[in-house]
Amino acid sequence: MPGRSHKPIVWGLFAGGGTVAAFLAPVMILVTSLFALAVPSALSYETMSAFAGNWLIKLILFGVIGLQLWHAAHRLRITAHDFGVRADTAVSWIVYPVAGVLTILTALFLLMI
Amino acid sequence: MAERKMQVEVLRYDPDRDTEPRYQTYEVGCDPDWVVLDALTKIKDEIDDSLSFRWSCHMAVCGSCGMTVNGEPVLSCKTFIRDFPDKIKVEPLDNFPIERDLVVVMDDFIEKFEAVKPYIIPKEPRSIEQGTYLQTPAQLKAYKQYSMCINCLCCYAACPQVALNDDFIGPAALALAHRYNLDTRDVGRSAREDVVAAHEGVWECSFVGACSQVCPKDVDPAAAIQQSKIASTTDYFTSFITGGSK
Amino acid sequence: MSRRPYNRPVSKSKWWTTQLRYQHYMLREVTCIFIGAYMAMLVWGLMRLSQGPEAWEAYVAGILSPIGIIFQLICLGFALVNTISWFNVTPKAMPLVVGGERVPGRTIVVAHYAVWGVVSVFVLAIAGL
Repeated sequence: MPGRSHKPIVWGLFAGGGTVAAFLAPVMILVTSLFALAVPSALSYETMSAFAGNWLIKLILFGVIGLQLWHAAHRLRITAHDFGVRADTAVSWIVYPVAGVLTILTALFLLMI
Repeated sequence: MAERKMQVEVLRYDPDRDTEPRYQTYEVGCDPDWVVLDALTKIKDEIDDSLSFRWSCHMAVCGSCGMTVNGEPVLSCKTFIRDFPDKIKVEPLDNFPIERDLVVVMDDFIEKFEAVKPYIIPKEPRSIEQGTYLQTPAQLKAYKQYSMCINCLCCYAACPQVALNDDFIGPAALALAHRYNLDTRDVGRSAREDVVAAHEGVWECSFVGACSQVCPKDVDPAAAIQQSKIASTTDYFTSFITGGSK
Repeated sequence: MSRRPYNRPVSKSKWWTTQLRYQHYMLREVTCIFIGAYMAMLVWGLMRLSQGPEAWEAYVAGILSPIGIIFQLICLGFALVNTISWFNVTPKAMPLVVGGERVPGRTIVVAHYAVWGVVSVFVLAIAGL
């Protein structure tokens, strides 16, 4: 396949992450801000460690956070280009590795809980 | 009917005399039901025969009279004077070199247009004796919308990625590739993908959506491109499973 | 008569200032900064959670402080921009054909909002348990 782009890898993650963000980001932010102010027990250590201690929840959190990180990274690359930063290769070498490292850290921290 | 006096400010560029474009304002008596193209025709016929612009059918079919009216890329034959205040500004389409006045250079577009092989590539040639290819109404409906393009280039003028990336194949050509890919009589998708799925193909599109907003024929190139991205992504991953034999 | 086509300059960094539709697009694109920042905040939170009760409580105090709340509300605003712009274009990316007829785009968009509402209430219900 001469000349075909490898963009499908990052675009696939972008599209998946964008969909997750569209459905979940607002309510997630709501829970960790205004909702937590109104219901202090929601973010107590006992609640959260039990919540994130569940294997199914660990897996869901990993997917939800990881995909949104990649979504943000890819869109940031495009946004940089749109604001006139033409060093696309350099930008890619910053945004994707940052998303990758944060994804790995997410997995590590989840395993440590 | 009562005439309406319009101030028509037109971008002028004469490659023999001008180093850069200038603006010239004409006062034109217009019929209330005229379109912008009528006003330009009156200027050329009665006021200034040096004004250059392209047009042919005057009925939104030929796609020749695309230009920028008050900043918006439009077909000047279906842009009515009555929808504007007494002063309008007419310029050539953005994102194309200006040949003269309102006439732009289309060469780059024609190259990109040809690159996507915008014609039916049949599985096997058919003789006249064998008759026509058959297609059901549902099969026609699958691509009909994308076949309505008249190459007026309004979508290229509206697209910032066309403006920022010279090599981007662009909305109309990519929509047309999608149109043939969706056609049941066609098997040329794989050949088109070398252009469509390249960096300069669908992947330069960041889904601004301006192309679809300005399209005078409701082709919706942005939709065609997003669908092509999804199809190319599916291809990309299935080619790993099938060993890239496609 | 000679050919000497004139190329109009385009600003690589300020092109989007010329039209409202480009500004809408840029507003959608910059949502990624806030979604990314909020996700980084969550990753930080997971680290603090793994470090035990004290670390976690300090983290919660931080994100529920006035600055934490303001930051999150800004993120919420941009997340909503992403949600709305994402749902509104789904019929373009994924047109649906049922029984040979194209499902109207509006129906697809409304269905997305409905599912979004259900999912959001569901998440809030879990958080309230």
